[in-house]
Amino acid sequence: MTEIRFSGFGGQGIIRCGLITGKALSLFDNKYATMTQSFGPEARGSACSSQLVVSEDRVLYPYITDPEILVSMSQEAYEKYEQELRDDGILIIDRDLVKLKPPGGKIKTYSIPSTRFAEELGNRITANLVMLGFFTAVTQIVSSEAMKKALPGLVPGRFLDLNIKAFDKGYKYGKKILNEEKKNSKK
Amino acid sequence: MKDFEMKEEDRDEKNDPDDARHPDDVHPDDESHPMEELLRMDRIPHIWCPGCGIGTVVTSFVEALRKSEIDLDKTAVVSGIGCSGRVAGYIKLDSFHTTHGRAVPFATGLKLANPELKVVVFSGDGDIAGIGGNHLIHAARRNMDLMIICVNNFNYAMTGGQVAATTPTGANASTAPYGNFEYPFSLPYLAEASGATYVARWTALHLRRVTKSIQEAFGKRGFSFIEVITPCVTLYARRNRLGDGLNLLKYYYEKSEIQHGADTRTLDISYQGKLTVGKFVDKEKPTFLDCMNEHLARVLGDKYRFYGVSHD
Amino acid sequence: MKKVKADPKGVLTGAHYFDGDYALAEGALAAGCRFFAGYPITPSTETAERFSERIPYVGGVFIQMEDELGSIAALIGASWGGKKVMTVTSGPGFSLMMENIGLACMMETPLVIANVQRGGPSTGLPTLTGQQDMMQVKWGSHGDYEIIALSPDSPQECFDLTIEAFNLSEIYRVPAFVMTDECVGHMHEKVVIPPAEEIELVERKWYKGPKDKYLPYKPDNDMIPFMVKAGDGYRFHTTGLTHDERGYPVINAECQDVCVRHLVDKIKMNADKIIRIEENQTDTAEIVVISYGITSRVTTRAVHKAKKAGIKIGTIRLITIWPFPEKRIKELAKTIKAFIVPEINYGQVVLEVERCAKGQAPVIHVPHCGGWVHDPVDIFNAIKEASK
Repeated sequence: MTEIRFSGFGGQGIIRCGLITGKALSLFDNKYATMTQSFGPEARGSACSSQLVVSEDRVLYPYITDPEILVSMSQEAYEKYEQELRDDGILIIDRDLVKLKPPGGKIKTYSIPSTRFAEELGNRITANLVMLGFFTAVTQIVSSEAMKKALPGLVPGRFLDLNIKAFDKGYKYGKKILNEEKKNSKK
Repeated sequence: MKDFEMKEEDRDEKNDPDDARHPDDVHPDDESHPMEELLRMDRIPHIWCPGCGIGTVVTSFVEALRKSEIDLDKTAVVSGIGCSGRVAGYIKLDSFHTTHGRAVPFATGLKLANPELKVVVFSGDGDIAGIGGNHLIHAARRNMDLMIICVNNFNYAMTGGQVAATTPTGANASTAPYGNFEYPFSLPYLAEASGATYVARWTALHLRRVTKSIQEAFGKRGFSFIEVITPCVTLYARRNRLGDGLNLLKYYYEKSEIQHGADTRTLDISYQGKLTVGKFVDKEKPTFLDCMNEHLARVLGDKYRFYGVSHD
Repeated sequence: MKKVKADPKGVLTGAHYFDGDYALAEGALAAGCRFFAGYPITPSTETAERFSERIPYVGGVFIQMEDELGSIAALIGASWGGKKVMTVTSGPGFSLMMENIGLACMMETPLVIANVQRGGPSTGLPTLTGQQDMMQVKWGSHGDYEIIALSPDSPQECFDLTIEAFNLSEIYRVPAFVMTDECVGHMHEKVVIPPAEEIELVERKWYKGPKDKYLPYKPDNDMIPFMVKAGDGYRFHTTGLTHDERGYPVINAECQDVCVRHLVDKIKMNADKIIRIEENQTDTAEIVVISYGITSRVTTRAVHKAKKAGIKIGTIRLITIWPFPEKRIKELAKTIKAFIVPEINYGQVVLEVERCAKGQAPVIHVPHCGGWVHDPVDIFNAIKEASK
C-alpha cells in the first residue's frame, strides 16, 4: 500500500493531480486507488491537497495516515505537510516555488521547475501535468501510458495535446534525473 | 340568495342561459346534481360551514371545467391544507390533498412529470401565501404552467380563525385578539411582481366572473393566479361582527369595484374597505418547460432530448 | 412484479473514476430516474450537478427548487405524474424534508432520497462526515410508518444501491433511502457501470383494470396496492389524511388502525425479502462487529488485526439498515460473547442492536461524533477488551 499527497495552492490543479493519478491506477493499471480531498472554506485559497491511497487489494481505510510520497507545489503546502512524510518517503517539489528546509531522515527529494517548464510550453496552467509526468517517472508507481489514458475527461479537450506535452516534458526530465542518479551511485 | 341583486355590469354578461346559476337555485327538480359528474358525490355533504364562500368558488370552478374545452382526464387538482385545501377531495378529477403549504411544489412536480396535464392548485390564502409563500413566488418566477385558485378568507379558518398574512390591518383574529397590527400581503401584487402571466381577483359572488377567469386561465399556458375573496362566517365574520355569510358575501360584492388592468400596486385591501377586483394581468411569456427546451436545444443542439408536449 | 431491462439512454456503461455523489446520479439515471428536484447542500450537491449535466442528453427534468420542502413535494407530485424520481440532500435539508416524507409514506409514493450525511446537529460539519441521521431516517417524520434504507460503503455501491433503492421503492411503494456519508460521497474510486441489458429494474405496479373498479389503496395479495398516474383517466383521489381503500379521508380510530397497520406491515412482513446483510465468519465467532457504510471498511482493518491476535471474530455489514435485520441479530445474540458496534455517531444503530440482543449478549458501542472515520485502533481495542 502506498499513500500519496499532492499539495499546493488553489488553482494549481492539485485535485486534478489526485484524480488523474487515481483514475490511471484504477482504470488502466489494475490497482485500487481511493482519492480524497479537503472541502469547504479551509480547502480554498492557501494550502490545498488531494490524497491517494494505492493498493493491490481493496482500500479499506480511505484516508492517508503515513504518506510515503508528498508532492508540493507551494511553500505553504510543503511546510504544512512535510512533517507527516515518512522518514523513508519521497518528497517531490517545484523547485522555484518551494524552498527546502534541511532534509530530515532518509527522505529522498526530487525537484523540478514545473511551473517554469509549463510557461516555456506556453501555458503555466499545465504545471500540474509537468509535475505529474515528473512524479510518474521518479516514483514509478503508475505507468505513463495509464496516466495519458486517464487525461481525456479530466483536462479540457482542446488542451489535451498541450497537457500531454506537459506530461511528457516532466516525465522526460524525471527519467533524466533518475539516470543521473544511477550514474552517480555507480561512481 | 333571494335578496341578492346582481350589479348592472355583471348583468351584461348574462348572455349564456346556462350561466351564473347556483346549483341549489337552478335545477330544483332535477334528480341528479348538475355538477355530479365532476364532484365526488360519495363524499357529500362537504365539511364547509353554512354560508362559507368556498363552495361557491367550487361551483364556479366546476362550471369552468364544464365549459372549457379541456380534456378532464388530463386535468388534476392539487390542494394543500385548510378549509380550501379540502377542495381536492370533492372534485372528481385526479386530485391530490397534500401537506400544508406544499401544494404548489407538488403541482410543479406533477406538471413537469406529465406535461400534458393541466394542473390546478386550489387552496387557501394561508396555505398558498402564508406557509407556502416561498413556493408561490418561485413557481411564478419560473412561469410554471399552473393555475392557482387562491381562496382568500383573511384568516386561518381550519384551525379556528388565527391571524394570517392576508388579514387586513385592524381586523381581529384569535391570535390577534386586540386587532391585527401587521401589514397584509396584496396577493395580486405579489403574484405579478413574482412573474405571473395571468392575475385576477374576484369575490365569491362574482360567480360568472370567477368562472370566466378560470376558463381564460385554462386557455393559457403559464402561471395564472386567481384570488377569490370569500367570507369566513364562523370565524372571521363572527369575531369581527360582520354579520352572517350571505350578508358578508354581499358586502364584499358591493364593496368591490371592477377595474380591469388596474395597477397591482394599488390593490391593497383595508379592513372593510373598497375591494378592487378584475383582471389585472394577462400576458404571454414562455413557460418553464418552454425555456428549458428552447435554451437547452440552443446550447446542446441535436444532442438535446426535447422534453414534454410540443406546442409548435 | 414486472421486471424490465434498463433503458440504455441513461446507462453510462464502462469503468469510471467517480466519487460517491456522481455514482448516486448515475445509479439514478441507470434506474430510469427522469425527474430530479433538489436544493444545493454540502456534501451532496455534486449529485445534483451531475444529474443536471446528464439529463438533457437522456430526456427528463432537473429542477433546482427553492428549498428542500419544495424538492420533496415536487418529487411526490412527479412520482404521481408517472416518473421515477430522486432527490439528494444532507442533514439540514433532510430535516426539512421530514414532513413530506410522511406524506410520501401515507400516499404510498415510490421515490428515492439519498442522504450524504455530515456531522450534526444543526449546521454541524458541512464538509465532514457523519452517520448521524440513521435514526432520523426511520423515525424523523411524525406518526408510525416504515421506510427502506440502504447504506453503501463505496462509490460503486452508491451506484448499485441507488438502483436497488429504486427497485425496492417501486415494489413496496415506499420512500427508499440511500444513506451514504460525506466520506463515501466525496471519495473517488473505480465505478463499473454494466451494460443496460444487465441492469434489472422493476416496473411500477400499474393498474390496468376497469376504471370504475379502481381502488387506489386496496392492498393486493402482496399487500401492495396497484398504482395509477395522473392523466390516465381514473380520476382518483389521494390524501395525507387517514384514508380508506378509495383514498377518501376517514377520520376515526378504526380506519387509522387499518391504515397504519398497512403502512407498517407491508414492510415488516416483507422484511426477509428486503434485508441484505453481509456476514463474515459469524458461525465461529465469539465477537461480532456490526457496522455499515464507510465504517465497515474501517472496521475490516481492525478485524484483520484482531484475527492476527487470535480473536475469534466475525462481522456483519448492514447493507439494509431499515428494516433492521432483527431476526439474525437475535439468533446471534444467543451464541456469541459480544457485539461491537462502531458508527459515526454517539449511539444510534447500536440501540437497535441492543434491542435485538435483549441482554443475551453485551453490546459495546464504539462511538465517533463525526468529522472523520474511526481510528481502526479504537475498534480493535474494543474488540480486544470484549474478547477478554
